[in-house]
Amino acid sequence: MAVSTRPRQALVLATTLALALSAAACSGDSGDGDSSGSNSSPECAAFDKYSGSNGTTVSIYSSIRDAEADLLEESWKSFEDCTGITIEYEGSGEFEAQLPVKVDGGNAPDIAFVPQPGLLKRFADAGKLKEASADTKAMAEANYPKEWLDYATVGGKFYGAPFGSNVKSFVWYSPKLFAEKGWKVPTTWDEMTALSDTIAAAGIKPWCAGIESGDATGWPATDWIEDVMLRDAGADVYDQWVEHTIPFNDPKVVSAVDRVGKILKDPKYVNGGFGDVKSIATTSFQEAGTPILENKCAMYRMASFYANQWPEGTKVAEDGDTFAFYLPAVDPAKGKPVLGGGEFTAAFADRPEVQKVQTYLASGEAANTRAKLGNWVSANNKLEIANVGNPIDKLAVEILQDKSAVFRFDGSDLMPAAVGAGTFWKGMVDWINGKSTTEVLGQIEGSWPK
Amino acid sequence: MEFEDFAPKLTMLLYGVIGFVVVIGGLLLLLDVVPNFFARRREAALIAASVSTSDAPAAPLSRRLRKPREGLLGLAFLLPAILLLLIGLVIPAIRTIILSLFNGDSSEFVGLRNYGWIFQENDIIRVLLNTLGWVVLVPLLATTVGLLYAVLVDRARFESVAKSLIFLPMAISFVGAGIIWKFIYAYRGEGDQIGLLNALWVSVGGSPQQWLLDPPFNSFLLIVVMVWIQAGFAMVILSAAIKAIPADIVEAARLDGVTSWQMFWRVTLPSIRPSLIVVVVTITIATLKVFDIVRTMTNGNYDTNVVALEMYNQAFRYQENGQGSALAVFLFILVIPIVIFQIRNLRRSREV
Repeated sequence: MAVSTRPRQALVLATTLALALSAAACSGDSGDGDSSGSNSSPECAAFDKYSGSNGTTVSIYSSIRDAEADLLEESWKSFEDCTGITIEYEGSGEFEAQLPVKVDGGNAPDIAFVPQPGLLKRFADAGKLKEASADTKAMAEANYPKEWLDYATVGGKFYGAPFGSNVKSFVWYSPKLFAEKGWKVPTTWDEMTALSDTIAAAGIKPWCAGIESGDATGWPATDWIEDVMLRDAGADVYDQWVEHTIPFNDPKVVSAVDRVGKILKDPKYVNGGFGDVKSIATTSFQEAGTPILENKCAMYRMASFYANQWPEGTKVAEDGDTFAFYLPAVDPAKGKPVLGGGEFTAAFADRPEVQKVQTYLASGEAANTRAKLGNWVSANNKLEIANVGNPIDKLAVEILQDKSAVFRFDGSDLMPAAVGAGTFWKGMVDWINGKSTTEVLGQIEGSWPK
Repeated sequence: MEFEDFAPKLTMLLYGVIGFVVVIGGLLLLLDVVPNFFARRREAALIAASVSTSDAPAAPLSRRLRKPREGLLGLAFLLPAILLLLIGLVIPAIRTIILSLFNGDSSEFVGLRNYGWIFQENDIIRVLLNTLGWVVLVPLLATTVGLLYAVLVDRARFESVAKSLIFLPMAISFVGAGIIWKFIYAYRGEGDQIGLLNALWVSVGGSPQQWLLDPPFNSFLLIVVMVWIQAGFAMVILSAAIKAIPADIVEAARLDGVTSWQMFWRVTLPSIRPSLIVVVVTITIATLKVFDIVRTMTNGNYDTNVVALEMYNQAFRYQENGQGSALAVFLFILVIPIVIFQIRNLRRSREV
């Protein structure tokens, strides 16, 4: 009974929704509503290749919760209605700690959105993950850049396509203040340093920062270091550093950390609106950027998702209250380094319906449907910029699809958890709190699992 | 938000409450009915026995007959406890000990390497030292404060009100207490201080401090939170013990003309010694396990980490099962002597 009524209701709902969004594909009758699920109405034509698994269920587990999770579930609604595959979604704030517990306990989800390639590798090495199907692989190869797919490839086997992404190489600023004072958005590192001095001379602290984030305190500082590692030492050295083929306290790393220190540990530069250098350690990353709106600080380096953290009513646009510019390269000749992150759709089961969902999530339709609902970015090259709602997401997609961009994944998500989610974070807190670069980096090097 | 949006949640809540009432009510009922039933049967049997056979030789016989059944009854009562203890304590403990001899993902036997690691890393030694500081200071301070308060407030006016005031923090969870005290220690670089401590500090002419950043003073500030919670517990137990001191002893001491100082050291303290030990031991064990306060307030940063938090981090965040388990076993070993001491004392006080 319930099985036959739910798809019909859902179909009506999905159709209304599609109408409301004035999606191009939307037309035709929704009256048939037969319980076969895999119906052949025009709006379902796009899902034909996923048919044949009517009445099955696929569970998805991820760290995405609340409003973002609702949008996610909304985005695959029509896929569910047309294919008859029910997706059971669960989001958890303790995802990283709970996923291993679930998997080791024999209670693994069918698909997990894993934001850390390091964690994905661990499951792949343990033989828990299922290799992606040929369909999924073909879809992923058609839609995502190779450097992204490499992060989901372990021992020559491909385990799942990326889905959502974010760009971390952004500096938030106030376009109003910049226009008023005649400051220009810097396009090179030297320009940025010069601008910092100009701003400091004008009596405003040029930078604000905050790395407090509950039990993940320290990660915003590791992002800073990684972003500058890419610029200071280049992508190749970055890869060696992340893979630990050069020690964590290599002189090249020391140089990059010191470059960050010239900004974050200079009391002339920080910490606008909060206090001295040490206040960075106790300021939460969510509130760290807000002094920009009060002109108490001028720049805040934080990922694209910070767009959602501004107080309600703040206009995030190039001519608005706040916007972001790309953290400039040290040597523009070496290309445009981009630091980012994203989640990979890894599967713990290889039932046909699981593979179909995995393939669908790698597709352009999935990316465009999700992007249309707002607040979402992906490296999927089928994603049309017109479908991306807000200006900052547009900028992020432009950067991701830029051919000269040298993309690298967030390094702390690639390192072993003991470092990437442990001593690196803790070390950065100590570093902000006054310890020297060499001492901190030496300590992290010592903690790298043998 | 329409009512319909809430309806499913309210129904779930209702189910939850009903489930809670059924389970707890059922258990309480069971606890009441079962012993009553057996008591009544026994009574009936006794009456029957005394009525039917008033001659002497029959009585020991019936007692002998009843014995195996009593053993069975005892076993039936013990079984659930033993089963739960096995599932919840013994098996995990054995598994933890085994895991502590393996590497991070439990795939390779490494012997005692994880235990060696505990004493090699500077970070972990720091953790051990911090825990030592906690274990020395918290029982000492909490018991002292609780005892002083119990003595001072004894038989004073408004005694019960005064005692509730100190006892109230006991009702707050460690996480809640951590958040409250995080606000007390809060720091603002500019403008008005929102933290009580900094507000006081600034009002007497100091410049605002980041209290939680500087070791080892920050650990002490965290210890204060634990003392704040545990002092009430110490006070309640010790106050009850003081009230239980026989009046004739107190009176005899008074007649002998003791000063209140002598009264405290010679009469009160020796009389409440067993309770004092219970309090110190309980607080010590609670302190060894402290986790919530540190995690909430500093997350172990700025050299405030303790064993329980590091154990959790190693096992569940860094996926280093071996090292996490080794820390857990180490914590377990630290608790054992305290427990033995406690049991010995209990026995001795029973013998006296």
